[in-house]
Amino acid sequence: MRAIAEHPLTTRTMLLNLGPSHPSMHGVVRFVLELDGESIVKADCEIGYLHRGFEKMAEQGSYLTVIPYTDRLNYVSPPINNQGYCIAVEKLMGITVPERGEYVRVIMSEIGRIADHLTCVGAATMELGAFTAFLYYVEAREIIYDLIEAVTGARLTVSFGRIGGVKADLPDGFSNAVHKAFARTREILVECDKLLSRNRIFVDRMRDVGVFSKERTLAYAIQGPFARANGVDWDLRRDQPYSIYDRLDFEVPIGDGHCDNYERYAVRFAEMEQSMRMVEQCLEQMPKGAVAVDESGRELTGADLVEEAKRGHTAQVQELRVVADPTLDGTHRGEIEQVTCPDKHVLLPSKEATYGSIEGLMNHFKLVMTGHGLAPPAGEAYGVVEGANGELGFYVVSDGTDRPYRVRCHPPCFPIVAAIPEILVGHMVADITPIFGMVNMIAGELDR
Amino acid sequence: MWMDLAIKAGLAVVMMLIVINIAGIHSWVERKQSAVIQDRWGANRAGFTLNSPLWRWLNPLLRPIIYLGLFQPIADLLKLVAKENWSPVGGMKWLHAVAPFLYLLFAFAGFAAIPFGDTLHVAGRDIALQVASLNVGFVFIFAMAGLGVYGIVLSGVSSNNNYAFLGAVRGVSQMISYEVTLGATVIGIVMVYGSLDMQEIVRGQGALLWGWLPKWGVFVQPLGCILFFTAALAETKRIPFDLPEGESEIIGYFTEYSGTKFGMFLLADFVETVMVAALTTTLFFGGWQFPYLQASGFVFPWGAEVAVGHYAVVAIQVVSFLVKVIAFCWLLMTIRWTLPRFRYDQLMDLGWKRMLPVSLANIALTGLVILLIEAL
Repeated sequence: MRAIAEHPLTTRTMLLNLGPSHPSMHGVVRFVLELDGESIVKADCEIGYLHRGFEKMAEQGSYLTVIPYTDRLNYVSPPINNQGYCIAVEKLMGITVPERGEYVRVIMSEIGRIADHLTCVGAATMELGAFTAFLYYVEAREIIYDLIEAVTGARLTVSFGRIGGVKADLPDGFSNAVHKAFARTREILVECDKLLSRNRIFVDRMRDVGVFSKERTLAYAIQGPFARANGVDWDLRRDQPYSIYDRLDFEVPIGDGHCDNYERYAVRFAEMEQSMRMVEQCLEQMPKGAVAVDESGRELTGADLVEEAKRGHTAQVQELRVVADPTLDGTHRGEIEQVTCPDKHVLLPSKEATYGSIEGLMNHFKLVMTGHGLAPPAGEAYGVVEGANGELGFYVVSDGTDRPYRVRCHPPCFPIVAAIPEILVGHMVADITPIFGMVNMIAGELDR
Repeated sequence: MWMDLAIKAGLAVVMMLIVINIAGIHSWVERKQSAVIQDRWGANRAGFTLNSPLWRWLNPLLRPIIYLGLFQPIADLLKLVAKENWSPVGGMKWLHAVAPFLYLLFAFAGFAAIPFGDTLHVAGRDIALQVASLNVGFVFIFAMAGLGVYGIVLSGVSSNNNYAFLGAVRGVSQMISYEVTLGATVIGIVMVYGSLDMQEIVRGQGALLWGWLPKWGVFVQPLGCILFFTAALAETKRIPFDLPEGESEIIGYFTEYSGTKFGMFLLADFVETVMVAALTTTLFFGGWQFPYLQASGFVFPWGAEVAVGHYAVVAIQVVSFLVKVIAFCWLLMTIRWTLPRFRYDQLMDLGWKRMLPVSLANIALTGLVILLIEAL
């Protein structure tokens, strides 16, 4: 005993590099941890593994070519990113989006948000070892992606937003498809809720883990579901309404004061239901789009239009307003003024017009050629939307030319990731994955 | 003398083949069982077709096997064997190579004491269907399970990798903690059947309670059965107790293993699953006992008797044992694909603060009940 007292046992902390090559770090982030046994004494977070120079690239092309880049920011909910950027440019140019266009935007954004939340809660369960629940969530996400695919033609990189509106109208029968998809999604959510929400192991792993007080949340300027779970009652859709959110009836779920991972999970879970409600309301409220009618008031389908044209009634057909088809099939896709601003200075003409008429071709040329395209007046604008992770802002500066002078993206998960080292200290190694999962870091928007 | 040795060797080979085959098929079961739970198809691609005109007629027979994914374990094995035998830079090469062998060896050794049938009378000989008729079989099995820790320790220490090291630390503390509970729960069984010999314990379970209920461990030790099964689950180191592996946290003590050596860890995990299933069967579900089957045939509680030949009785016993083992393997697999994972401190809490006191109370309760029954 005396020997021990004279030479006290010294312990050293262990340095552990978690990531970027680590199953739950997805190759995009690295934690440098100092461990005392399994407890984290000190943590450092290194980001930037997915930096692709979004902001610099945005300065290289025209205003329109930024839109596909925005898809790659938060690649789980791209419609929201499209909307954020378009709002900023529209503010610069003073464009108003037609009502139906706004509704389509909100519908797509909310569907994107559901996909994002499903991914987040699903991945969190997977990282706790409940792989089965994860695949159940993924089934729901596939259904949601099918909806996105039906409207945009793509599942991930949708590029659906347009300055002044959206690419195309909703397809026929979309409302039914949504109701069917949501019914199944709700079933799956109930099933997963039964499997997890009162599962003792799951609750033990989530409850009182990753506690981060409301004060610290505000100090880090964190927003979104993470902040709402920590008790910050703030949602841009309600408190700073943009688009047509002020016409929708929805609740903003708030955490019950535990400020832990379980609340983050629960808030996201509740938000999915609210998003579904919003989409359903939008589909009800949406003003009816144009339908194809001939001079006698008869409704025309795309096939009928082609028949009319074959008979040589082209003059009449050109005058018709038709249902826009997002699949770009051609035959019955007409002008899309119902969902986009009719201003020819911002709106790319439809492919039929581009390939079929000299006016359309010239219009297209004027918009896409260097030195001609969209040139907002010199100035600056900040377009902001409630992203799936929080405030997603685009600060666009124009110098009057056809290229953005600067596009600054405010990524919602940046402040949360900044707070991770503080959250981690005192937890165990095993807690990193659920905490990190509930932060829902999307490297695309974080590193840009 | 030589005949005895040959018989023992034969029994060992039979037991080995049973275990290896059940464990080997586990990689297929794991794929398919998880697929069934998760609404997927699972493995259904691996396979081959025969192009030679001579053998072409076999193709229709191969197709269902391919669709069932039964070639997948073979493909898995070939992939593992074909991989580079690599040992980490700065690690202890020899220990690194020895660890998976030790782990697998001790996982297999325990099966020697598991009886898979009663005595077989053939050609004037009595052959006990058990590789080693140890009168301390139960102690032997737990000793072997305990020695399995060495495989984990060595793999973690020799890998020169912090993840492997963390995994080894977790693995050791988990196995040691749960072995205490595991041992304590089986004390109840030993008290009831009055023997440490596995064969005697199984024979004891052939009796009937109140004249109709088989005296299986699960009926006389229900609490012990639940505790034992939970602790044994922790011994297999699979979800929800897969902390030493925890593939999304630390990759596990076998982080630095590849190829065949990794395959041995994988196989050892499956062997341990079979071990847990076999132990649960033997201690709590009558082992090779089939309800109401005596050496002479079926003797039903309502008095009816059906004579069955000796070989048929032995066959029914062996099949009964295998069916029970496979059923428990299936149950373990279902649990593995349903639950999330514990955290280290929660696991320790569960083991030391909840399961151990309850299992000790179970011993006291069992003793009290036995005393009361004897006194009456």
